[in-house]
This record gives sequence, C-alpha cells and structure tokens, in this order.
Amino acid sequence: MERPSPPPILRAEELGKRVTSPEGTLEILAGAGLSVAAGESLAVIGESGSGKSTLLSLLAGLDLPTSGRVWLDGTDLTTLDEDGRARLRGRLVGFVFQSFQLVPSLTALENVMLPLELAGRDDPRPAALESLARVGLAARVRHYPSQLSGGEQQRVALARAFSTRPRLLFADEPTGNLDRRTGERVSELLFRLNEEHATTLVLVTHDPGLAGHCGRTLRLEGGRLHAEPDRPPGAGPRPGA
Amino acid sequence: MRPVAAAGPTLAWRWLRREWRGGELPLLALAVTLAVASVSAVGFFADRVHRAMSLRATELLAADVVLVSPAAIPEARRSAARERGLAVAETLTFPSMVSTGDRLQLAEVKAVGPGYPLRGELRVAPAPFAPDTPRAAGPEPGTVWVDARLATALGVGPGDRLQIGAVERPVAAVLSYEPDRPGDLFTLGPRLMMHLDDVPATALVQPGSRVTHRLLVAGSETGVADFREALEGRLTRGESLQGVRDTRPELRVALDRAERFLGLAALVSALLAGVAVALAARRYAERHLDTAAILRCLGATQARVTGLFATQLLLVGAIAATAGVAIGYLAQAGLAALLAEAYPGPLPLPSPYPALAGAATGLVTLAGFALPPLLRLREVPPLRVLRRDLAPLPARARAVYGSALLALGALVLWQAADARLAAYVLAAAGATVVVLVAAAYALVSALRPLRGRVGVSWRFGLARIARRPGQSVVQVAAFGLGLMVLLLLTLVRGELIEGWRDRLPPDTPNYFLINVQPDEVAGVRAFLSGHGVAEPALYPMVRGRLAAIDGRPVSAEDYEGARAKRLVEREFNLSGASRPQGDNRIVAGSWWEAGETALPQFSVEEGLAGTLGVTLGSRLRFQVAGQEVEAPVTSLRTVQWDSFRVNFFVVTPPGVLDGFPTTYVTSFHLPPERPEVLSELVRAFPSVTVLDVEAILSRVRHILEQAALAVQYVFLFALLAGVTVLAAAVQSTLDERRFESAVLRTLGADRRRLLAGLLAEFATLGALAGLLASVAAAVTGVALARAVFDLDYVPGPGLWLSGVGAGLFGVALAGYLGTRRVLSHPPMESLRAG
Repeated sequence: MERPSPPPILRAEELGKRVTSPEGTLEILAGAGLSVAAGESLAVIGESGSGKSTLLSLLAGLDLPTSGRVWLDGTDLTTLDEDGRARLRGRLVGFVFQSFQLVPSLTALENVMLPLELAGRDDPRPAALESLARVGLAARVRHYPSQLSGGEQQRVALARAFSTRPRLLFADEPTGNLDRRTGERVSELLFRLNEEHATTLVLVTHDPGLAGHCGRTLRLEGGRLHAEPDRPPGAGPRPGA
Repeated sequence: MRPVAAAGPTLAWRWLRREWRGGELPLLALAVTLAVASVSAVGFFADRVHRAMSLRATELLAADVVLVSPAAIPEARRSAARERGLAVAETLTFPSMVSTGDRLQLAEVKAVGPGYPLRGELRVAPAPFAPDTPRAAGPEPGTVWVDARLATALGVGPGDRLQIGAVERPVAAVLSYEPDRPGDLFTLGPRLMMHLDDVPATALVQPGSRVTHRLLVAGSETGVADFREALEGRLTRGESLQGVRDTRPELRVALDRAERFLGLAALVSALLAGVAVALAARRYAERHLDTAAILRCLGATQARVTGLFATQLLLVGAIAATAGVAIGYLAQAGLAALLAEAYPGPLPLPSPYPALAGAATGLVTLAGFALPPLLRLREVPPLRVLRRDLAPLPARARAVYGSALLALGALVLWQAADARLAAYVLAAAGATVVVLVAAAYALVSALRPLRGRVGVSWRFGLARIARRPGQSVVQVAAFGLGLMVLLLLTLVRGELIEGWRDRLPPDTPNYFLINVQPDEVAGVRAFLSGHGVAEPALYPMVRGRLAAIDGRPVSAEDYEGARAKRLVEREFNLSGASRPQGDNRIVAGSWWEAGETALPQFSVEEGLAGTLGVTLGSRLRFQVAGQEVEAPVTSLRTVQWDSFRVNFFVVTPPGVLDGFPTTYVTSFHLPPERPEVLSELVRAFPSVTVLDVEAILSRVRHILEQAALAVQYVFLFALLAGVTVLAAAVQSTLDERRFESAVLRTLGADRRRLLAGLLAEFATLGALAGLLASVAAAVTGVALARAVFDLDYVPGPGLWLSGVGAGLFGVALAGYLGTRRVLSHPPMESLRAG
C-alpha cells in the first residue's frame, strides 16, 4: 500500500455507450474513466437515469461499450467474447443487485453454491453453508427465494457474492428495494463482510448516506465521472463503517 | 378515451397483428389448427364414404332388392318377381381352391347368371392394375375372370388356364370392379368369377357345401315394393331380403365403427391442443394485466376489455380453423389411401359439412380452454397502474376445469353420437388422465433426492423441473400419452403377434381340408398317410340351424349382441365324436361314456353357451335338412382354438347324426417346403377345399396392419399436439429462463454450461415421458396378452429403448429449439427488468 502506484484491479478509459432506439440515439456515457486500486472501496453516485447501472454493467463485462476500454485485473474485456467474460467474472467478481437476482428454482443453499460450482470448486456445500451462517441464515438454507423476506433475500445474495471470496465486488443499489431499517442492516453487513474479506468494492447508488461508507465517491453526470469535491480522487482506501 | 370505447374488431385486429410476435398467439393458433386438422380429416373421409354409399346404393347391391339364401332359390320366388314385370338374375358364391401348375390359392368363387348385374357395371382390364373398361355382363360360359389379387397370387393373366374343381378354364380378363362386392378389407379370399352354367361341371357344389345363393331383382319402384311386400313375412329361416336401405349392413356397421373410433381418436388431439391452449392463454393473460389496467384507466368498461380480448381470441380461432380445415382436407386423402381396401370403388368429393364441424371443434376447444384465463383480465383493478402488485385473483380452478370439461364433454358426445358411449369414453379418458398424471407426478417427485448428488448443470435442470411440478407433470403426461399410443400400435402389437406365433408348436396344423365327401374319406386318409401325416383324423360335419332352446323358438331379435345375432342367423356345424379333442377341457357336466353312443345329447363350447344363454341341462333343438334333433346339454367345454385342430361348438355322441347329409373335415401339418403335395391332393379330390392357415393369418395380419396404420395416422396429430403442450409450457417460462440464464451468466457460467442445464432439463423430462409411455404400453400389452392371446408377454428391450429414446431425443430437441434464444440473450437486459 505504501508503494507509489499499486496496479489497479479495475481500469476504464474513455467509456462511451450509445443506444439506438426508434426515438433516436441516446448517449448514456461519453468518455467516462476511472481506476480502482485493489482493496479500495468506491461509490458511484448520480441521479436516476444518469447511467449508473450502465456504467456498472460495462465495468463488470455484462455489456460492451460503444467506445473505450475496460481492464479487469489487467485483462481487456473488449477483447473477450461473452463466454470469456463470463469465465473471468466467475473467477474474480461478485455481485449484489438491487432486486437480489436469486434463481427462483434453487434453494438458498443452492443459490450460494452456484458461483462456487461454476468456478469448479470441489465440495462447495460446506463453504456455502458457512457463507450463509455468516449472514445469519443458517436456519433457512432449504428455503426458496419466494419463501424469504426481501432482507433475507438480499442476505442470501450477500452470502452468494462473498462465497467465492471474489477480489472485486460490484453492488448496484443494494438497499434500493428494502425499507430503511432493513436497508441499514444489510448495508452494515455488506461493509462488514467487505472488510473481513478485504474485497475491492464498487458500489453504485443514489443514496449519499450509503456512499459515505466508501473510501471514495465519484459522481456520474452528463455521461462523465467527476470526483466529489469533498473527497478528492486518489484519497486512497478508507476503512468502511 | 373515445377511440378505446368506440374501437371494436378493428382495434382487436390491429392488436392481434402486433401481439402475434409475442409468441403465445401463434402457439394457440397452432394447437387449434392441429385439433381442427385431425377432426376434419376424419370427418372428410367419413363423409366421402357415406356419400359413396348413398350415391351408389342400388349399384352396391347390383339390383334394387336381393334375396339371399343358403339354399337354392325356389322357382316360386323367381316367378313372383317375373310376374310383376321385374328383371331377375342369379349368383352363387362359395370358397374353393383354384390352382395352376403347383400354385394353389383359396378363392371366393362367384358364379353369375345371365342379366347380372342388374344395376351398376362390371369393369375388366387386360392385366392387373391396367386401365379398365366396362362390361355389361359377366364372363362367357367356359371362361373365368380373376381379380388382381388372385392374378398376382397365382401369377396368371388372360390366356392362362386355371384348375377349378373338376375343370380347367382359361382366364379371359382381370376383374377390376364388381358393384356388389364388399370392400376388399372385409373379404378373406380373392375373387374368381365364372358363369353360373359352368358350376355343375366343377363338381364343387355338393350337399352340405357352404354356398350362398342370391336372387337379384330390379325394375319399377312399385313392382319392387310389391315384390318385397309379397315376400316379407313369408321368408324361410336363413332367407333374407336386402334392399337399398339395408344395403350391406356388415360394411355399414364396420365403417360406422371405424368412423366413430377414428373420430374419438381425433379428439385426443383436441384434448392435448386444449391443454396447450390453456397454458398459452394463461401466459397471454398474465402478460396483459398492465394493458388491461391502462385500458380501464383510460375509460374502457369491463365489457369493453372482455370484448377486446374475446374478439382477438375469435380472430385467432378463425385463422386457425381455416388453416386446420385446409390441412384436414389434405390429410383425409392419406386416410382414404390407407383404408382404400375397406370401401368399394372410388370415393366422391366430400361435402362442406365436415369443414364446419371441424372448425366448430376448434372454436369449442379454444373457448373452453382459453376463455377463463382471458376473462380474468376484466377483473384487473385500474389502480394497478400505480400499484403493480394488484392483480386479479387467478381464475377459479372450478371455472377453468369446468369450462374445459364442458367443452370436451360436448365434443365427445358429438363424435360418439351416443350418450352412453360418450360417458364411457369420458370416464375411460378421465381414468387414463388420472393414472398418467399420478404416474408422471411420482416420476417427477422421484427426481428430488437426485438434486444433491449431481453437478451444477444437472442440478439446475432438475431444479427447473421441480420448480413447477404441475407443469412438468402435464408435459410428461401429454407427451407420454401420444408416445404410448404409437408404441402400442407398432412395437407391442408386433411383439404380441410374434409371441403368439412362437408359442404354437412347430407341427401345428397349417392346412384344413373341408368339403370332403363321405366316399372320399378313405381316399383322403390314405393320401395323407402316404405323405407322412401321422394318423390323419377326419371328422364328420352336419350343418344345422338352432331352432329352439328349452322349447322356446330362437330368433335374432331375442339377442342384443352382434355375435349372438349372427350365430342364430347362421348354420352351425355339428359333429359326432366318442372322445373330446385333446385341447378340450370339460368345465361343467361330463362327457358321454362309451356305452352312451346314439343317446342324443350335446356338448357345447363354453363361450358359445354364454353368448346364447345356454346352460348345463338346457334342451337344444336343431333343424337339420328338414328334420329336427332335440337333446339336452350334458357338458360344457373350453376349446383352445389356436391349436388349429378341428373343433366344433356343438358335439354329439357318434351315431346321433347318422343319416343326415355329412361332409368331412380335417386339419394337418404339411412342411412348407412340400407345396406340390397340395396340388396332387386337389387333382385327386377336386371338390375338396383346402384352407391355408398361414394365408388366412397373413390376411388377418394385413387387415390389422391397415387398421393400425389408419389409427397411427390419426394419432400422429395427437403426438404433434403433445409437442405444442411442451412448447406452450416452455414458452410460459421463457421470461423466467431469460432471467435465470442472465443471473447464471453474471455469476460466470458460459454458454456450454447453460446449454448443458437446458439439455439436462429437457432430456430428463423426455426420458420420463418415454419411460411413462413404455410402462403404460407394456402394461396394456401384458393385459391384452392375457385377455386376448392367453399369453405371458414380456416386453422386449426394444420397447424401453425406443420409448425412452424417442422421448429423450424428441423432447430435448423440441426444448432446445424452444429455448435456444435464451442462451444468447444479453444478461444485462434481463437483470434490469428483474
């Protein structure tokens, strides 16, 4: 950490994203760039419709930019096909989404086992059970998502996200679908796990309070990223709450 | 708001075009098209046969009225017709051996007198299947005509000579059409036609021979009616009158039955199509909850919303019905070709009525299965535009099943045209569905413990099956049903017949000799012994009619069943024997002792006794050659008919039938490599008729095959309808699948993994459906084997392999085709929607 320039685990240059619809062309991102060092926690904030989720999907390789490039752990995502990107995600990345995105036909345990199995881990069951125990759901491993409350579902999603010990975690409005008190508990859990696992975190939110837990905040506006004035870019990682 | 309120069918039509791409409507249309196609194909075919029969009713008789009799027609009958200015002609039919060189064939000989045919025409050709020309009369005396089957069997054509009984005659032409002949499917032997004047020279018709005499009568309507009236009530036993209205009852009954059966079979497609329709309609309704809410918000009344969606449904129904009728029209030609031997002559074009009936079937199916979910849309509260969680209660199960059952009941009642049969069919169908669904449920449940022990792709596939157990069960049962019927009709049928044949000992008699005259018995016995037949036994046979049971005169009207009626109408073969045949078993009473010979008594076959209501101790009276024989039944026997030994329904002690006209009959085994023995036999004893068991069996097998092919043809539509059920079920889960595959992709699954998961799911579903079909076909086969063939049937590995294999590959392919686009769906799109 004391070294002058630790290699960034995530870097984006001049990201542009245009979508063409019958109503015309819409420019969502225009020249957005960022660099995230390993272990850092970064919040991206912006108004509704400012393109936060689009940015996240490009950074995670869920979608391809119209222009610009993204490097994930040194690999240029734009040179990989969807299967290549999927394998890279499986190896490096965890996700937490606003709407949880659990697989409805799988139990809580099976949902948590899923990324472990996709990564080819032997015997994923104990690791998944442990992960669920850490989010306080040891008693509900056989339940299906539809049998769990919103807060519980998001906790399963957290267990799933951390089960593979990913080096990079993307979180998209993780508390957006939860009431305030549940949201607070989930965000507390998120930052605690993040700290325990020393994971790099990229969090997208419109909630300044949630962003405040991160070491650094960028604001997405007009398709570009701007450093938040009170937190100069490059301020370095800062412990979570 | 005005446009919505004012919009009628035009809006519905515009919407329909836009919604078509949504996927549910084309599927709905496809399902209805299949139902309409299968029902109208059968309908068109049946209609053509009906029209053929009524258009050519008099021609089918070759006369206006026909007197049929087992005995020679008395001169009084002929003059009764002539006195009324009517034209008459006579025919005589009987089975006989026909040979050329070493080749032998049993033929149905028809000898025709001058004037035949009185109505319609004969057609002959210079060679089998060559273009034919009409002839006003039958063959010239001294020549014969043969039909294509006989010409092919014996390898003869015009100019060749045939041995018939005691004479040899040249073939003058190939007979290609004969008006008063039942469809070829219903006759066992091919046809030989000769002149009536040539019959005595053949020496084929002897006392006791089985012959049918016909007096054909035609002329003015009043004259014919007068003739009928004069004869009716004065007919002797065995004589019957056939008019235009009662033309060919056997043909009519057989075709009516076939038509009803095929019509009901076609309804299986309608049932499966209904299931697909219900699945597609439910998804369509779910996708349109928001639309309905917005419409309500914009001021559309509940009635308007209902009208809009109902009109769309009607438009889809109309399109599908039109397509279905068109396909049905093309398909009926296939059915007509498969059953070509069952009806005489070419068929006229069908009337438009079956098109209407087919289209109505489609609309009833559509309404019964699709309306309840769509009607829910009227219940959508307008507030849903603000609160998306507000949805109307799902359609009540009672409403859904009720309306579907009502629709199905109406269709079955219409096809069966008989309330009792309809009730039986519905009950049987209901029981089948319950059993299939229960079995499918058990199979799906059995997958659960597997989930913990398999890799991620398989777990995912199995989880998908378990996620919607109801839907998985429906898919397995629907696909399994179609597959089961096809397995039953092909593999199990073949294996059963094979199994039965294999069970027959190698020395099972393969030839019967009938019409052996008393003075030929010693000669025939010596001939057979001389050719290696051990202890040839010839049995006497006396023909008699059952006149009374326990003093009560019997007539066909006293009996319900067709078999009982036929037995009473026809003559019995009575025989005398001192010991029962080796394969007989006495089940009641006792066989006579050696000393009881000439003491009149009967031993009756058990099944026959049951059919006619005869019990131990009943007194039977037979009329034999103008005399009567009355005696009590002293024993009941079972007979193993497929031993191919000579057996009789009714047997007396030897001596009781002495003095009556008697012929002799025997059966024996002749190695197939020695056919020349038969030619020698027929030359030595020309009036003896040889029945080739193998030829008769292969004829029966051919008939079974034709019937099975026609049924399979109809069930092909059912299998396709089963595929639409699968497709509808898959389609209703597409959104979920897109979402799930997006999550999996996000978590790092590549395309290969996703594909493996899909294939695991569908291959498992298909294998279950195939397993279900194989088990059901095997169980039915075993039951049939016990009941019909008295056989222990063990289904071969082929049944399981083809059942499970066909299910696995069929469903995996259909599932892959239905879901492959999910694999390439960009993950972010689904996640955002989620």
